[in-house]
Amino acid sequence: MSVPNDRKYSDSHEWYMVDGNVVTIGITEFAAEELTDITYVELPAVGKECAAGAAVGEIESVKATSDLISAIGGKVVAVNEELADHPELVNDDAHNRGWMIKIEASDLSPLDDLMDAAAYGEHVG
Amino acid sequence: MVDFAGWSMPVMYRGIIEEHNHTRTKCSLFDVSHMGRLYLTGKDTEALLQLVCTRNVGDMSVGLSRYTHICREDGGILDDVIVSRFEDQYLVVCNASNRQKITDWLSKHAAGKDVKMTDRTMETAMIALQGPEAIPQVEKLLNIDLSGLKRYHFQTGSYFTFKYAIFRSGYTGEDGVELILPAGIVKLAMPALMGMGNSDDAVIKPAGLGARDSLRLEAGMPLYGHELTEDWDSLTARQGWCVHLDKDFIGADAMREKKEKGLTRKIVGLKLEGRRTARQGFEVRANGETVGQVTSGVLSPTLGDSIAMALVGIDHTKEGTQLSIQFGEKEVPATVVKIPFYKLSS
Repeated sequence: MSVPNDRKYSDSHEWYMVDGNVVTIGITEFAAEELTDITYVELPAVGKECAAGAAVGEIESVKATSDLISAIGGKVVAVNEELADHPELVNDDAHNRGWMIKIEASDLSPLDDLMDAAAYGEHVG
Repeated sequence: MVDFAGWSMPVMYRGIIEEHNHTRTKCSLFDVSHMGRLYLTGKDTEALLQLVCTRNVGDMSVGLSRYTHICREDGGILDDVIVSRFEDQYLVVCNASNRQKITDWLSKHAAGKDVKMTDRTMETAMIALQGPEAIPQVEKLLNIDLSGLKRYHFQTGSYFTFKYAIFRSGYTGEDGVELILPAGIVKLAMPALMGMGNSDDAVIKPAGLGARDSLRLEAGMPLYGHELTEDWDSLTARQGWCVHLDKDFIGADAMREKKEKGLTRKIVGLKLEGRRTARQGFEVRANGETVGQVTSGVLSPTLGDSIAMALVGIDHTKEGTQLSIQFGEKEVPATVVKIPFYKLSS
């Protein structure tokens, strides 16, 4: 299982990749495997404001439905439209093509509390 | 692995959808040893079973199995079980989560009667082989002829020195068998049943609880804790076919009264628009009002549709009725459809 070291990780198994003040969020390969076959991803409308630590979407699999949590607050500037027809991209390529949303962060500091790749690898290992 | 009524059970081996599809096209092996196996002997056994079972089990010939409910006086469903008649005893196969409850219930009603109950859940194992290839595979492996074994019938046999019972039944909507055999022999039997390994082209592959749930749901079979609970009766659960109101049993009066007055709610099948999966407890709505709740849901791997079962008010149970299901702030349209969703073409 891969844990790329170019991003941060939450204990609820989201990854955060920072580019300026825009943060791309997805779920980890570990989470995708745990959820099994992902059948649907519910994402917010572009432009929506979200609060730090709140659920911004839902991930449905054959097994269960779980929330997509964002550790940071801000404005949703993009969502992965491809997932509407191809939710299996999350299973196939969780860390790249399976990305979920991009948020223009109002404050990046919550990311300081998240795990780096080594810590996350240990967390799930 | 997950904890399931005290048993450590696999949700999946390779992936729920893959295991599901393998069952529909080839053959899957399910370890269902967690199911309770209670054996009853004594001359009052038949009378006891007639008293506690909703279905007539008094006229069963040796080698026959029957699906039935066991209910409380008020009709609340305690469990759904399969009763099988052997030469010298009866077998009651109950749900793992209800094993203690059913043992207690049977003991209570056996008081003063000539009935001896033995729980053989731990000393036996139970495996299910399900799918279009199940019968030919089992015939080959056990060197037996199953062409005379009809659905819901069973026979006993021996393989070298160990004895087994083989039942033509299952919980997937496919043809297949369920086998009960000594627990000690299972480790030896598994490699043989699995086609000597886990190669990609193996006909028989293992499947877990996840596929078992999606398969039974497509086949419209109820699951205890979802479509069946103590909170409602067998008629409300749409299982009236296994309720014989022309005989006396515990819960019969309550169900007769319900039937006479008319049911107020009932389990229905629903087909949702789109790909979202309804989960147990989601609200079912009509004209802005809550009219019921979802009991099970899945994005059907075989049909491609999002399907669900729900308990709804009786005015909303007609096929074709338009309802909606509440997903957080959103409502997803759903139509009442026939159960089963998937039926094996024979």
